[in-house]
Amino acid sequence: MKEKQDAKVTAPSLTGRAGGGSFKYFPHTEEDLQEMLKVTGVSSVHDLFADVPEAARFKRDYNLLPALSESDLRLFFEQLTHPLNTQQLICFAGAGCYDHYAPSVVQNLIERSEFLTSYTPYQAEISQGTLHYIFEYQSMIAELTGLDISNASMYDGATATAEAMMMAWGNAKKATRVLVAETVDPKVRRVVDTYAHYHGVPLQLIPTKNGALDREALDKELAEGGVAGVIVQQPNYYGIVEDYTGIADQVHEQKGIFVINANPSDLAILKTPGEWGADVAVGDGQSLGIPMTFGGPGVGFMACTEKLIRKLPGRIVGQTLDNRGQRAFVLTLQAREQHIRRQKATSNICSNQSLMALYVTIYLALMGKEGLREVAEISYAGAHSLRDKLLATGRFKETFPGQPFFNEFCLDYDGDLDSLLAEATECGYLAGIKVGEKTLMLAVTEQRTPEEIDELVEIIKECKN
Amino acid sequence: MNRTLYGNLIFELSKKGRRGYSLPQDYDRTHTTTELPEALRRKEPARLPECDELTVVRHYTNLSHNNFGVNDGFYPLGSCTMKYNPIINEEIAAMKAFANLHPLQPAETCQGALEVYYNLQRSLAELAGLSEFTLNPCAGAHGELTGLMVIRAYHEAQAAQAPVPSASAEGLTEGLRTKVLIPDSAHGTNPASAAVCGLEVVEVKSLPDGTVDVDHLRQLLDEMGPQVAAMMMTNPNTLGIFEPRVLEITEMVHNAGGLMYYDGANLNALLGECRPGDMGFDVMHINLHKTFSTPHGGGGPGSGPVGVRKGLEQFLPTPRVVMEKSKNEKVKELKSSPENDGLPYFRVITSSEISNPSNLSSSNSSLGSVGSFFGNFGVMLKAYAYILSLGRENVKMVGPLATLNANYIKERLRDVYLLPISGLCKHEVVFDGLVDKSTGVTTMDVAKRLLDYGYHAPTIYFPLLFHESLMIEPTENESKETIDAFIDVMRRIAEEAKNDPELVKAAPHNTPIGRVDDVLAAKQPVTTYWKSIEA
Repeated sequence: MKEKQDAKVTAPSLTGRAGGGSFKYFPHTEEDLQEMLKVTGVSSVHDLFADVPEAARFKRDYNLLPALSESDLRLFFEQLTHPLNTQQLICFAGAGCYDHYAPSVVQNLIERSEFLTSYTPYQAEISQGTLHYIFEYQSMIAELTGLDISNASMYDGATATAEAMMMAWGNAKKATRVLVAETVDPKVRRVVDTYAHYHGVPLQLIPTKNGALDREALDKELAEGGVAGVIVQQPNYYGIVEDYTGIADQVHEQKGIFVINANPSDLAILKTPGEWGADVAVGDGQSLGIPMTFGGPGVGFMACTEKLIRKLPGRIVGQTLDNRGQRAFVLTLQAREQHIRRQKATSNICSNQSLMALYVTIYLALMGKEGLREVAEISYAGAHSLRDKLLATGRFKETFPGQPFFNEFCLDYDGDLDSLLAEATECGYLAGIKVGEKTLMLAVTEQRTPEEIDELVEIIKECKN
Repeated sequence: MNRTLYGNLIFELSKKGRRGYSLPQDYDRTHTTTELPEALRRKEPARLPECDELTVVRHYTNLSHNNFGVNDGFYPLGSCTMKYNPIINEEIAAMKAFANLHPLQPAETCQGALEVYYNLQRSLAELAGLSEFTLNPCAGAHGELTGLMVIRAYHEAQAAQAPVPSASAEGLTEGLRTKVLIPDSAHGTNPASAAVCGLEVVEVKSLPDGTVDVDHLRQLLDEMGPQVAAMMMTNPNTLGIFEPRVLEITEMVHNAGGLMYYDGANLNALLGECRPGDMGFDVMHINLHKTFSTPHGGGGPGSGPVGVRKGLEQFLPTPRVVMEKSKNEKVKELKSSPENDGLPYFRVITSSEISNPSNLSSSNSSLGSVGSFFGNFGVMLKAYAYILSLGRENVKMVGPLATLNANYIKERLRDVYLLPISGLCKHEVVFDGLVDKSTGVTTMDVAKRLLDYGYHAPTIYFPLLFHESLMIEPTENESKETIDAFIDVMRRIAEEAKNDPELVKAAPHNTPIGRVDDVLAAKQPVTTYWKSIEA
C-alpha cells in the first residue's frame, strides 16, 4: 500500500470501482426476479410497497457513498488505522478497561461461524453448543464470585450494576433509597444515576475517606433504616482493595441487598463477593482477556444467591434431560423475562453478550485455576514495582496513604499532569488516566514488561513540567 | 457430531497439573499478593478447570458442531433478521489497531476510530431520516430504554419550561407525562422497557387485520391525552404488515403532545422505500445486528443505536462524537504536515460537558449515560463496513428484495399453512399453523420437524394474536433456490402431518438431542456445574 501523506484519507478517493450489475450479497438474477414477481402478483418490487402512503415514500437516493469494492473497503480501514490516525499506545490506563492478554485460541474459537452466526438458543435441539458454554460460563462466574447463580451475562458492568440497583429496589418492601459508594467508578455511577432517575429510585451517595468508603457515614445511613441496598466496588475506582467486613450483616438486618461490583480477574486472589456476604455480584468481564476495542464489546456479569434467583434479570441456562435421557441444557426460568411477562418482567433485557461470554469461558478454560492466579500475581507485582519506582523519582506522593491496592493505583504529581500525559503519548505511552487536578491513576497488567515499566519511569523523569 | 465423546463439561475434562497457557516469568517479584491482609483474600482457590490447550480447542470446536448458524443453513427466524454476516467485516473489526484502543485515550490519538464512529452516526441519521444518533446502547432493548429516556427527558424539559397548570395536572405524577401507548401486537421488550423507564403501559388494541385500531387510539388519547408521553410502534408491525394509517397515527399522538417511538426491529423491510423520520417518528432505535448485518453471536453482542429528530439531539446520552474543523494544536503537531490544517477533527462530547449527573432533570440536557464507554464499538465497525460495501446503490435494494422473498413464500405456502391476513406483507410473513389441523400437529411440531431437514425453525407462538403463529423472515440474502427448497420441505411436512402425524409430533429425530424437558429444568433449577455434582 502506498504510504499516504495525508493523515485523513476519506472514502471518496476510493469510490467508483465496485463494479455495476448484481451485488455479491444479493443472489437474485433478473430471471429469478421475474419468476418471483409473477408468483407474488406484482410487476415490480416497488409495488410491494403500494400500502405505504405516498407522503411517506422515500424517492431519492440516500446521501451515502457509492459502494466500495472489497479491496477498497480494506484499504479504507487500513488508512483509518494508520498510526497517524489511530495510535496503539503502550497501555498503563485502566479505569474500567484493562489490557490483559488472551491466548490466540480464544479469538480463533469464538470466530467459528456456528457460534458467531447463530442467535438466541430458543431451539435447544440445535443450540446445545451455545447452551452448553453458557452453562460453563455461569459455573465459572459463580465460582469466581463465590455465589450460587449467575445469569447468561449482561451488556457491561455499568448496566449490570444498574440492574442490581433496580433488583434491590424491587425486592424491598418499605425502602426509601439505595446507597451507592462514591468510590464506585464515576462512569458506572452515572449509568446507575440515569437508570435510577427514570426508574424512580432515590439514591444516596456514601462519601469517601482517604480513597475508601467512609464507614461512619455508611453506618449513619444504615442506622436511619429504609435501605433497599448498598452498592460498593472492589477494588474500588481508585484501585484500593477495601475492607467490607460487617456491611452485609448491617444491610441484611433491614432486609436490604448488598451488591459488590467486582473485577473478576482479581477474584483469583481477592476475597469473593460471596465471602463478603454480598447477595449480588456484578462487574465487567472485559478484564478476562477481552480486547479493549475502544470500550466494547465486553460483557457484564451478574451473580446472586439462590434466594434471589427469581428476581435475577436476563437469560439463565439450566440443566435438564432430553426425551432420549441425555443430559441437555436449555433456557430456563423464562417466566421472569420480557417475552413472557412483558411490563412485569424483572428487566427489559432480551439478549445477553453471548459471544463475549464464550470469550470469557474459553479464556478461563485455558487460564484455569493456576493461570488466573498467575495473571493476578504478575499484574500485582508490576503495579507495585511501578509505584515504588515512581515514588522514588521524588515527583509523586501517595494520594491515599497506606491503602492496599491490587494492580491499579493513584499518585499525586508535583508538576503539570497534562504535559506529563502529553509527553508520554509522544513516546507512545498511555501513562494512565487523570482522575484529579494532580492525580494520575495507573494500571499494570501482565502484558506490561519490566522494560516498559522502566521506560515509562524514564519518560516521566525527563518531564520538565 | 458426536455427543457421547464430546458431551462433557469443561470441568469434567480437568486434571490437576495441566496447563493451557504460558505467561511471562521475567517479572520483578519484589511484591506478591501475600502482602495483602489475609482478610482481603479468598480462602480457597477458584475451582476453574485445568486443561491443556488441545483439550480446550477440541472441546469448543465440538460444541460448535452442536450449533446452527446462518453459515450452516437457512435461518428464517422471524423478527430477528438473520441475514448474512459478511466475513470481511469480521476481519476489519479484529484489526489490531482497533482491538488495542483504550476508550479513554486522547482523542487526537484515535481519530480513525472516532471518524468511523462519527460517520456511522451520520449514515444512520440519513438512513432513518432523523437528525442525530447515539451509538451507546448495546442492544435493541437497551436502545428502546434509551429512546424512552430521551422522551422522558424531553417532557421533563417541557414541564420545566412551561409548568402544567394545576387543573389539568390531575392524575399526573409531578406534572409529567407517564403513560406510554403500546399496540397489543408489540414485541415484549416494548412494555418491559417502558416499565424499566418508569412509564405506565397502556395497550392499544389491534383490528382483526393486525393493524392498530385507530378508533381505540383516538379514544385513549381523548381520555388521557395530557398524560401520554409517547406511543411505541413497530412498522411493519410484528405481523409483517405495514401500518397503512401511520401518518394519521403520528399526527394524532403529536397533537396530544406525545412523541412517537419507532421500534427498529423490523427496519430491514423499509430500507430503500421509506424512512421512520418521514413517517413522523421522533425517536427510534436500530438493531445493527439485524438490519446492518452484524452477527447475532448466539445472543449478542449487538448494538442498538438511537436516533432522534431535530430538536431532541440535546437529550441524547453521552459520550457522542462531533466533527469540527479544528485548528487544534495537538492534532497539527501529530499530523506534522501543514496541508492537514483545517481537516476535520473528531471530538468526544463527554458527560462533564453536558450536565451534572446528580441533577439530571433540571435542565434541557442529556439524559445521562447508558454505558461506561462508547457502546459496542467492534459491532459498529462491522455495521459501517456493511454500509460502505453496499453503498447508496445497493442499500436501497435491501427492503425490496427482503420483501419480495417474504411475499413469495407467503404465496407459495398459503394453501397448506393458514394465512390469517391476506394482502401484502413486508419482510416477514406470519402463518397461523397448518390449514388442516385435524391430526393435531402443532406449530411446535412443524418447527421441530424443520430441524430434521436442516433448517432453523421460524419464530413460533409470536405474535400472540394467533394461537399457532409461525413467523418466517427470509432476508434479502437468500436465493430463490434456497427458498424453493425450504418451501418444498414446508409442504412435505404438511403432507407428513396429514399422513404420518406421529412422525412430526415426535420430531426432531436427526438432531444431537431430542426435545428437552423444560419443566424439569425450571422445577429445581440446576444452573451450575457445582449444583449438578451436588444433585
